[in-house]
Amino acid sequence: MMANTDCIIEVEGLHSRFGNHVVHEDINLCVHRGEVLALVGSSGSGKTVLLRQMLGLETPAQGVVRVFGQPVHGADRNELQGMRNRCGILFQKGALFSALSVFDNIALPMRELRTLDERMIRDLVMLKLKMVEIDAEHANKMPAELSGGMIKRIALARAMALDPELLFLDEPTSGLDPVLSEGFVKLIQALRSELTLTIVMATHDLDTLAALADRVAVLAEQRLLALGSLGEVISTSHPFISKFFLGERGKKTLGNNGYIV
Amino acid sequence: MSDQLPDLGSLLLRRVTGEDGAPYLLLTGNCTLAVLEQRLQALSAELAGYAADPRLHWDLTGIEQMDDAGAVLLWRAWGARRPQHLLLRPEQERLFNRLGKTPPLPAPPARDLLWPVTKLGGAVFLLWEHLIGIVILAGQLLLDMKYLAAHPARIPWREISANLFRTGAQALGITALVGFLIGVVLSYLSSKQLQMFGADIFIINILGMSIIRELGPMLAAILVAGRSGSSMTAQLGVMRVTEELDALTVMGIPHSLRLVLPKVIGLGIAMPLVVLWTSAIALLGGMVVAELQLGLSYHFFLHKLPDAVPLANLWLGLGKGVVCGMIIALIACHFGLRIKSDTESLGAGTTNSVVTAITVVIIIDAIFAVIFSDVGIK
Repeated sequence: MMANTDCIIEVEGLHSRFGNHVVHEDINLCVHRGEVLALVGSSGSGKTVLLRQMLGLETPAQGVVRVFGQPVHGADRNELQGMRNRCGILFQKGALFSALSVFDNIALPMRELRTLDERMIRDLVMLKLKMVEIDAEHANKMPAELSGGMIKRIALARAMALDPELLFLDEPTSGLDPVLSEGFVKLIQALRSELTLTIVMATHDLDTLAALADRVAVLAEQRLLALGSLGEVISTSHPFISKFFLGERGKKTLGNNGYIV
Repeated sequence: MSDQLPDLGSLLLRRVTGEDGAPYLLLTGNCTLAVLEQRLQALSAELAGYAADPRLHWDLTGIEQMDDAGAVLLWRAWGARRPQHLLLRPEQERLFNRLGKTPPLPAPPARDLLWPVTKLGGAVFLLWEHLIGIVILAGQLLLDMKYLAAHPARIPWREISANLFRTGAQALGITALVGFLIGVVLSYLSSKQLQMFGADIFIINILGMSIIRELGPMLAAILVAGRSGSSMTAQLGVMRVTEELDALTVMGIPHSLRLVLPKVIGLGIAMPLVVLWTSAIALLGGMVVAELQLGLSYHFFLHKLPDAVPLANLWLGLGKGVVCGMIIALIACHFGLRIKSDTESLGAGTTNSVVTAITVVIIIDAIFAVIFSDVGIK
């Protein structure tokens, strides 16, 4: 692990609710520079909501979210743009722009910078496509012509377009076949060896979790139930955690990865 | 020889002579997009200058972090190949290996020289396709009605009534506003002209005939085509995008029976009512101005109206309403069902639907005018 453990994302006293439905109650969380933090919880436990609040897509009812030391809500336009350029986001369904070709989708954030020339953008885009193992022949296709798994990988290439320091992944391996999931995990590991990459991911996939996560944050019952390495989290005794990690499937997966014997 | 660079942590280039006497270029600091952003152009020129010397040994081992953009910057400076003497760390080795294997962007398919012809032909075929599509959909609706006549329990009453409410009741406000204003304007302009000839009384004929026979039905139809037609197309389009249409198919619920038919029947019923309402309000507007401008009392106006306008005109107006309503819904559904699951197609489909519906409404009006040219005119 990286030695410096300053917070790249800070969540303080976060409350969120939709109408009368309370999603989070007093959540405090710090994401360290260079780590992979996995947000875990049952469906509807507010993982995606928390992720969206970190991205500034939703405003919490109460509390502050700071990214790179700046509050996400209430930062001015330039600061926010600077922050956004240092973040990459992989949405659950890819969220590729359907009006743009694969190439233009990945080139968009690079062109928005206005400092890169077109030849460099061309090389960079092809490199990103190569990175996610998409053949060059697909570069001129439109998103509507692609399969779900390809959309996901191209969306990852777009999220990585500006070589972000901070990467948000919402269900990164859902919709990928096992081979691609494996490749995805390898890819993230390789990227981390080359760059100081901080990753926040919401996932259900225990394999991905065991392979990538340095720390796991368990969201349930509107609060942060446990936070720590996978081993520490598993040893927390709570009905949700035992059901989630130590159920039939959990045991198999975690057993294979050497977490439980 | 060395460059003093503004901010710490950014890429530093230092040219030194190594122990073996060969020139070395030491690169240190961070070679990432975030750090280099503002210096990219200058740096790229500088690196290209160094790359011109083939004897130069490039030492990249001092670079703390290098991302893809940094690697591409160097790669371009080298002219898309490795320099003869290059020192790399293993992870950088991997990065440049990948760069070396990156295929070039395939050229976009070249434009055919005959494209104007292909384009025109495509447009003609598309028009034909739409025509056939609408006829097939209409035929399907007829078959559905036959089926419903045999199985009255399956008539989608709920959907029909929901459509009646959405396209009829909720359109009353906007049609009233537009109708009233058109009535006021028409009456004001006509009364000025009629006053010159002392033919004040004919304002009733002009307003009655034009509004009941033409303006009322046309205003209502155009407003409804824009308002309800677009919403029907968009609704079906979004259902395609979210795979709801597929879900219906798999459940064995035909789209035409559950989605298209209620819309066509709903609008077929709602439209004549909206026409009646629009004409009434437009006449009211005209009547108010006739009272103010010409001093024709409301009572006199209403009393004279049946004499000036034969009843057939009202039926003609309502008939146009029924036909236009059903056609608008049919066109909206046809375009809605053709939408593919991307945002571009949704936008284009909705536009095409509204434009086509309004055009067709006007064509229908012209057909009515020709067919019924000697009906209701004294």
